[in-house]
Amino acid sequence: MSSLNEALWVLLLGSLLGLELIGKVPPTLHTPLMSGANAISGITILASLSLISQAQGNQPLLLLGAISLGFALFNVVGGFLVTDRMLAMFGRKKSGAGR
Amino acid sequence: MSVIPFLGYAIDLLAVLLLALGLKGLSKVRSARSANGLAALAMGLAVAGLLLQEQPDALAWLWIVLGSLVGGGLGWLMARRVAMTAMPETVALFNGCGGMASLLVALAVALFGDGSADMVELVSVVISVFVGAITFSGSIVAMGKLQGWLGTPAWTQSQVRHGVNIAIALAALVGALAVPGNPAGSALWLLVVASTLLGIGVTLPIGGADMPVVISLLNSYSGVAAAAAGFVVGSQLLIVAGAMVGAAGLILTQVMCTAMNRSLVSVLFGGALGGSAHVGGGGDEAGYSHIVSCSAEECAMALETAERVVFVPGYGLAVAQAQHALRELSKLLEAKGAEVSYAIHPVAGRMPGHMNVLLAEADVPYEQLVEMDTINPEFPRTDVVIVLGANDVVNPDAKNDPQSPLFGMPVLEVDQARQVFVVKRSMGAGYAGIKNALFELPQTAMVFGDAKAVLQQLCSEVRSAG
Repeated sequence: MSSLNEALWVLLLGSLLGLELIGKVPPTLHTPLMSGANAISGITILASLSLISQAQGNQPLLLLGAISLGFALFNVVGGFLVTDRMLAMFGRKKSGAGR
Repeated sequence: MSVIPFLGYAIDLLAVLLLALGLKGLSKVRSARSANGLAALAMGLAVAGLLLQEQPDALAWLWIVLGSLVGGGLGWLMARRVAMTAMPETVALFNGCGGMASLLVALAVALFGDGSADMVELVSVVISVFVGAITFSGSIVAMGKLQGWLGTPAWTQSQVRHGVNIAIALAALVGALAVPGNPAGSALWLLVVASTLLGIGVTLPIGGADMPVVISLLNSYSGVAAAAAGFVVGSQLLIVAGAMVGAAGLILTQVMCTAMNRSLVSVLFGGALGGSAHVGGGGDEAGYSHIVSCSAEECAMALETAERVVFVPGYGLAVAQAQHALRELSKLLEAKGAEVSYAIHPVAGRMPGHMNVLLAEADVPYEQLVEMDTINPEFPRTDVVIVLGANDVVNPDAKNDPQSPLFGMPVLEVDQARQVFVVKRSMGAGYAGIKNALFELPQTAMVFGDAKAVLQQLCSEVRSAG
């Protein structure tokens, strides 16, 4: 970390952004939004990746890094796909109603 | 300065921007699907940017590919295979795995790091372990409860649990304070075990009806865990994305609580809705008097003359996979000139918005799904209401009986309609384990049976009559 001060500012601004982004959500979207946000929280893949990249051949680090990468990617891939499956249904229904 | 760090930095910034736009777009019906794709793209960009900056060697690449194939492959399979009805527990499982990932990163740094970790990193390790472990164990318990693998044991409803949880939290605190002094020591394991137990101890007493709120909250935690992991490995992108999801998850949790008319505090510390006196009352008929039951034929006769019909679908409908039969029946009724709509309670199903997804799967037109506030004034001029596998969300006690545990929860006022049929397997209690006064009203008749079988019978009756 270049500086703690900087990191804390990033934390603060990121939190404020998150608070502002979601204002009014129609109940229809509660489930997909939760699932989408859940997929984004799998961003921990970045931590796993840098852990592996900086392991310099340290076997336990590589192993733990790979396992955590697996868990995080399970979250990311599964989360985005499942959200897409749910939202695809809304889309199909809308075009059906338009006809 | 070479161009690569600069390029990596630019990619990071773009990824943050796209993630924010994606999260924003997900809260609007029109843009939700493309926003989800945008967020996924942002994630891919972030990974590409990181790999560009870190330049992993061949050995590292091997492990990266291995972990990605297993984790990503399983996630892909799971997402393809899982039934729409099982969505809440699936989200809980994914979320728990995200928490586990943060926990593992922090553990790896604490146990096998090169010892160069400064105070900031060590504190971040502690936070990451604590929040990650709670997220993991809490999510797994939530999943188990939604799957029906775990109940709400009676002992978890006693006040003693608060004492137990506080004791566990203190143990976690002791471990947390000792970790920075000796990162790889036994204090770390105390912290891991105590945090895991705390996740279980806090989630287990919460009733199934409140699980969606818990999952949403745990989702927010996994964002916090990711941000903490960002401090551990020194990634600003991770900090900002984690903080964003953490804060947005908190807002979503609040929105859900409002929809269910529950406060977050009462969800977390109030125990299961219904209390121990009612819990476990499934299949208990003793609590009811003057129940009128009727056959599908009688119900079909009422439907044939009805001009306005409202269906109230609940989770029972989804479990019976009866959405398609329901859609067929409503098409038949519409062909006869009846006006058909579906009353959607904000928390119908197991999660807010869950029922909309399930009905969309059966091609029910969007316009026929009517939200609670819009349809409630319509019930007095509704001829027939058919309640399918819903229970607590139509309980008039929530309006009329201040003693009821549901009192104050907004409900669908189906008791205002001329005639109500409740399709139900048995007289078992609802998900929250509370007696339903609707069943005893004079205009209510129970049609016992599996929702799908009853609907198919109704279809053939209506068809043969026409």
